[in-house]
Amino acid sequence: MTTQRYPTTWRRPPQILKDRRWRIAIQIGIVVYLFLAIGTVEVNWSRVYDGLERGQRFVMGFLQPDFTSRWRDISQGLVESLTMTLTSTVIGVAISVPIGIGAARNLAPRWVYYVCRAIIAVSRALQEVIIAIFFVAMFGFGPFAGFLTLSFATIGFIAKLVADDIEEIDEAQVEAVRATGASWAQLVNYAVQPQVMPRLIGLSLYRLDINFRESAVIGIVGAGGIGATLNTAIDRYEYDSAGAILLIIIGIVMIAEYSSSYLRKFLQ
Amino acid sequence: MLTLEGLSKTYKTGDAALTEVSLSVPKGQIMGLIGPSGAGKSTLIRCINRLVDPTAGRILLGDVDLVRLGKADLRRQRRRIGMIFQEYALVERLTVMENVLSGRLGYVPFWRSFLRRYPGPDIQRAYQLLDRVGLIDHADKRADALSGGQRQRVGIARALAQDPELLLVDEPTASLDPKTSRQIMRLLTEICAERGLPAIVNIHDVPLAQQFMQRIVGLRAGRVVFDGAPDQLTHDALTAIYGEEDWNAMRQGDDEQSQAEAEARDRMAALAR
Amino acid sequence: MTEISHYRQIWSHRTPRARLLLWAGWLALVALFVWCWQVMTQDTIWFFVADAPQQAADIGRRMLPPRWSYLPELMQPLWDTLNIATLGTLGGVIMAVPVAFFAARNTTPSVTLLRPVALFIIVASRSINSLIWALLLVAIIGPGLLAGIVAIALRSIGFVGKLLYEAIEETDARQIEAIEATGASAAQVLSYGIVPQIMPAFWGITVFRWDINIRESTILGLVGAGGIGLKLQGSLNTLAWSQVSVILLLILGTVVLSEWVSSRVRQAII
Repeated sequence: MTTQRYPTTWRRPPQILKDRRWRIAIQIGIVVYLFLAIGTVEVNWSRVYDGLERGQRFVMGFLQPDFTSRWRDISQGLVESLTMTLTSTVIGVAISVPIGIGAARNLAPRWVYYVCRAIIAVSRALQEVIIAIFFVAMFGFGPFAGFLTLSFATIGFIAKLVADDIEEIDEAQVEAVRATGASWAQLVNYAVQPQVMPRLIGLSLYRLDINFRESAVIGIVGAGGIGATLNTAIDRYEYDSAGAILLIIIGIVMIAEYSSSYLRKFLQ
Repeated sequence: MLTLEGLSKTYKTGDAALTEVSLSVPKGQIMGLIGPSGAGKSTLIRCINRLVDPTAGRILLGDVDLVRLGKADLRRQRRRIGMIFQEYALVERLTVMENVLSGRLGYVPFWRSFLRRYPGPDIQRAYQLLDRVGLIDHADKRADALSGGQRQRVGIARALAQDPELLLVDEPTASLDPKTSRQIMRLLTEICAERGLPAIVNIHDVPLAQQFMQRIVGLRAGRVVFDGAPDQLTHDALTAIYGEEDWNAMRQGDDEQSQAEAEARDRMAALAR
Repeated sequence: MTEISHYRQIWSHRTPRARLLLWAGWLALVALFVWCWQVMTQDTIWFFVADAPQQAADIGRRMLPPRWSYLPELMQPLWDTLNIATLGTLGGVIMAVPVAFFAARNTTPSVTLLRPVALFIIVASRSINSLIWALLLVAIIGPGLLAGIVAIALRSIGFVGKLLYEAIEETDARQIEAIEATGASAAQVLSYGIVPQIMPAFWGITVFRWDINIRESTILGLVGAGGIGLKLQGSLNTLAWSQVSVILLLILGTVVLSEWVSSRVRQAII
């Protein structure tokens, strides 16, 4: 047995782009892009250097958070955020259900389908912060604008998933119920609801979690909640209070995540 | 030569998988390991290359005790032991060649393996092994593009690429159809015979074991209850290993088997002509 | 129920106790909602709310028609926004990879020390929105693209880290075992046993996060972190609503385009 007649080199064949020219072109393209992109970043190093001290203070503030001196502001922001989160989730889900049913191709008439899908598309395409800017301009500063923002965002999120879920339900069950002579409402109640309900509860809990996180952001543009408090704290360079607020947000998000996964297990 | 002395393994849950197993496998011997599921066959094989750490006993490969090795030494000793897995355990998303070359990982520095720049002789040897198992045309294919039998051949080539002194084979035919199973078993036994390579083959199919093994060891609840030539494997011996069961049902498969065997022999003869 | 002597006339698919609990649950939710509503709206000035439709109509009138001549001025900020998203994703992914390997149960060097730290990094990064990161960073290192890039990167660590460590934990242990059995070193096991298995997930996650980052980077300018958001902030401050509508349409177009690109790339990978 001799190994002499076998080649001594082997190269891994390219997996995605088979054409060598394309590969080189793309590699050059990436390098050129990175070069250009990094070129646009103008860094004022002396400003960054000045900032390091502040960054250090922020890290210290994070490690030794100050919950007490701004507690009144923090607690008010928290109450606003939490109430805003709950009410907007409840209202948002309540509105999502009819819109979700309307946006399901297999249940709704054509024109209803298009109207509902359009509402969903608008709600999903726009960022919460941008919606918040508009609602603040219309309804004035405060948690009410935030509540509207989150409700609107919830509609896009829940209604889309509910509609997709309904479109994927088992047709056989719908047929079976329809064959008994059920009306449209009975059809939804008996054939659709049991299949979609568990998912809807899970999604609502998930959205509750997202709404809380978002409530911390939209405060920055004036829509109330803990974000407004955070914004003020950072503006005043009170990093120990800011650290406290961030830790509270992280804590609540963690609690929400664990309890919602527990609740989902319990409900199913 | 591999020698096991009083090998025991107790899992953290308190289950004794192996109790006082002592065996020795001389050079060139192909030993089949049979027994009901949960008898400790897999644990025994995995103890030898320390994928599972034994609780007590000695494992001597040549004159090295594998049980008392530190991390670096263990890696060096693992190179001497090729392992062939149930369901192949190839890295599915790598090419066939890379899978075979991965048998050399214990020999090459990290940068070579990372850049796929293996030494020339390693690559020649990998090609030779692929040729031996009949897959030289598939070297550049991804492993997940191959059929079951082909994948197991790559698994064999990977183990041989290590230049092993011992082969550990864990249920090589568990997910293959009967015909492919026999082809794989024949390939294994031929290769072992070519190189005088000892092998421990963990196998659940008793007729297949009797057909291809030179020696059979029966395990039951972690203890050796049979050790002898395949023709000594009587009804009583099988009952001792597997407990009260109707072995005739299993033996009925034999007819079918010998038929397929004859067929395969004819085809081989036709090819040789 | 071992013996059924008669059939009940009333049927319900829940036991009375479960029904009671269910109703109590719904009632509690409604009560909680009403209470939250009252707490939330106690400072609301209802005059503004009643006035809102008029305000909306007013804003709508000013937004139309969009001032298209503003568009060329937006190209540079748009390019900046794309760079923030791309470089931020790059930075985030580079930082997320080691975090993911530390957080995955099967690759972490220490379960008791490093894994909790890695998990905390992931949770912290995930719970804090990139706009908040940007707010902080603008205060610390000053306004500009760098703050935006770092904010996006910090936010991406948690997202990429979480999905990647889940992918690492889902790898096929047998393939890894087979590589270990050849006598490979730990680094070789990583590069032959684990990396090939998580590669598709890795690219999918990265492109997905890039898509999200494009969205998020469009608004970072609101707090001074560069990009098209700066123009949005400027136009809002001067109440130039017709420019706002141009910016919003441009953002919308960019988002739709990036979503299309990302779904195409993910299809090509998987």
